[in-house]
Amino acid sequence: MGKVVNVVLAGLGGQGVIKASDILADAALRAGLDVKKAEIHGMSQRGGSVSSDVRFGDEVLSPMVPRGEADFLVVLSPSEVAVTRSLLRDGGRLIPPDLVPEAALQNKRSLNVALLGALSHYLDLPESAFLEAVRAALPERLHAVNEHAFAQGKACAARSHA
Amino acid sequence: MERKLLSGDEAVALAAREAGVVLGTGYPGTPSTEILEAFAALGGRAQWAPNEKVALEVGLGAAYGRARTLVTMKHVGLNVAADPLFTAAYTGVSGALVVVSADDPGMASSQNEQDNRRYAVAAGLPMLEPADAQEAYDLFFEAVALSERFKLPVLFRMTTRVCHSKSVVRAERPESAPPAPHFERDVQGRVMIPAFARPAHRRLRQKLDEIRAAAEDGAYSFTRPGGTELGIIASGVSFLHAAEAAPGASILKLGLVHPLPLERARAFAAGVKRCVVIEEGDPVVAEALRAAGVRVESKPEMYRFGELDVARVRRILEGDRSPEPPPVKGKPPELCPACPYHPVYAAIRRLGCIVAGDIGCYTLGVLDPYQAMDTCVAMGASIGVGLGLRHVLPPEQAQKVISVIGDSTFVHSGVSGLIEAVYNPPPSGHVVLVLDNGTTAMTGQQEHPGTGRTLEHAPTGKMSIEGVARALGFSSVTVLDAFDDPAAFEKLLAERLGARELSLIVARRPCVLAAADIRKWEKQAAERRTADVCRAGVEE
Repeated sequence: MGKVVNVVLAGLGGQGVIKASDILADAALRAGLDVKKAEIHGMSQRGGSVSSDVRFGDEVLSPMVPRGEADFLVVLSPSEVAVTRSLLRDGGRLIPPDLVPEAALQNKRSLNVALLGALSHYLDLPESAFLEAVRAALPERLHAVNEHAFAQGKACAARSHA
Repeated sequence: MERKLLSGDEAVALAAREAGVVLGTGYPGTPSTEILEAFAALGGRAQWAPNEKVALEVGLGAAYGRARTLVTMKHVGLNVAADPLFTAAYTGVSGALVVVSADDPGMASSQNEQDNRRYAVAAGLPMLEPADAQEAYDLFFEAVALSERFKLPVLFRMTTRVCHSKSVVRAERPESAPPAPHFERDVQGRVMIPAFARPAHRRLRQKLDEIRAAAEDGAYSFTRPGGTELGIIASGVSFLHAAEAAPGASILKLGLVHPLPLERARAFAAGVKRCVVIEEGDPVVAEALRAAGVRVESKPEMYRFGELDVARVRRILEGDRSPEPPPVKGKPPELCPACPYHPVYAAIRRLGCIVAGDIGCYTLGVLDPYQAMDTCVAMGASIGVGLGLRHVLPPEQAQKVISVIGDSTFVHSGVSGLIEAVYNPPPSGHVVLVLDNGTTAMTGQQEHPGTGRTLEHAPTGKMSIEGVARALGFSSVTVLDAFDDPAAFEKLLAERLGARELSLIVARRPCVLAAADIRKWEKQAAERRTADVCRAGVEE
């Protein structure tokens, strides 16, 4: 894995964008890779747009994904899709919020983890690293619902890809 | 060795804990806030001061007492702390004093994008600057060692990207046993009357020469090897952007940004065909190198503004001055839907007030639908600015002027403004409105002296905002919940605006984001009190 993988996660304050990027970065760390993650917080609780950059590979230099160089754009809010689209490279993959239908989730607040499941379908990271990262990031009472969400997201991606 | 994924802030906290820092103090300010919170979570003794000046003075006292000490703040906090800072450079310290200030290039959450490297030059203090969390961890130990070796406060410059970005840290703690706190009398070294300050200034310059010599010998910087066509001199996160933007370049990475290793830079620049300084903010390093006759290129003026990133560094290296693509524009922040300040701003707008505003969540009242703020400059400035307007405006305008300030901001810098009001009252009187939501909301709900709880939410002494106003001589002091009774609030405000006396209104209701936590901490405090009473009863 010589190349650095660039992921941008975007949404609105309170949707769990930062939590999702923490889980993704931790999964890459658990897979033994170099990883960096950058975001601006401070205003995010005030309902504004939130985005987080996660980069992993053998050696990551800048913590920020250069604009137009994201390999994956994971968007949690429909309103943010158009806003952030220019971050994606040509041929990069958008993972939009409606990829995982709300009905597929036991709790709609776990959309962030479901979309990570979808993302994981395309990544060369072991599922165990993701699931360990999910468990490490969330309290125990939320483990089952989020593991379910992760599996649902992964299945949705596999179906959309087929 | 264990690899951890840490933010720059968390890495500083971990290093401070492992380095045996006895006391961490500061004032919350994005992006520096998490340092002391993480330090406390690791078991360190951390406390919020009412403002950065007091924090630095407490830290200075601790470092006079030979302790290893950490003081944290955002970049503008160093303006508040500048008075003690400049003379602390003369007195030096006995232990270690590391002053972290976090710049915010691009102003993600700040009122300006000042470059605090200028403070290192102005005060004559060494300044270290990490590029990522690993360097923040490593350089913090260097900062402690530098401070103890030269008996000087050390500035530690971070930026938003370094503070908030997470990266892999291998926590390899160097051996350095902290000295036991102890006071040695040193009147000539610590009491800065002119006769003692004159030699102290000379001592400071001598120390800076010695630090520069160490840096010339290779301390604090390294070279990332590359070709001889292009050389780059960089510090902080700009180094990482540059390494990615120009993979073939040789890079001199500076860890110490003041004093600069000029001869090292000269030799580096002489070894490449073209040498460019890549730095965020002001061209501080480029100016210093050019003044010393080192042949380096600086960035075009347009890159003084905002953050750098890989794309902008590529443009700098290409000399591209064409207009940049507009930034991705998302949904801006706004007052939370259930924020207790909504009825306050609605009333202010209906009454047509001229609003001298202040810094915090409530500054968002400037946005639609209220547009209810006319000035916002610095912490506490609402009161002085409001008084100035009242002094000079014609009566029909003067009686519309109101100062609006939050609870934490009031504690930080509002009290001096109240004293000014009592001492130099405008003929039309004045109205100070304190928006008290019981927390430092904007930075993530930190405690402050007005909440009566410590950084770790334990009960402690509590400052009364209304009590201070009464004690200072405000003739009308009212506390109410404007969310509960908006009509009563509006009636009161309308009456006080034209009252020709000094009025202070506290609009008090907890921040919606903090309310549940506040209830929890109050309950814990009550349980602790009950337990104490029971224990006292048993002991009797």
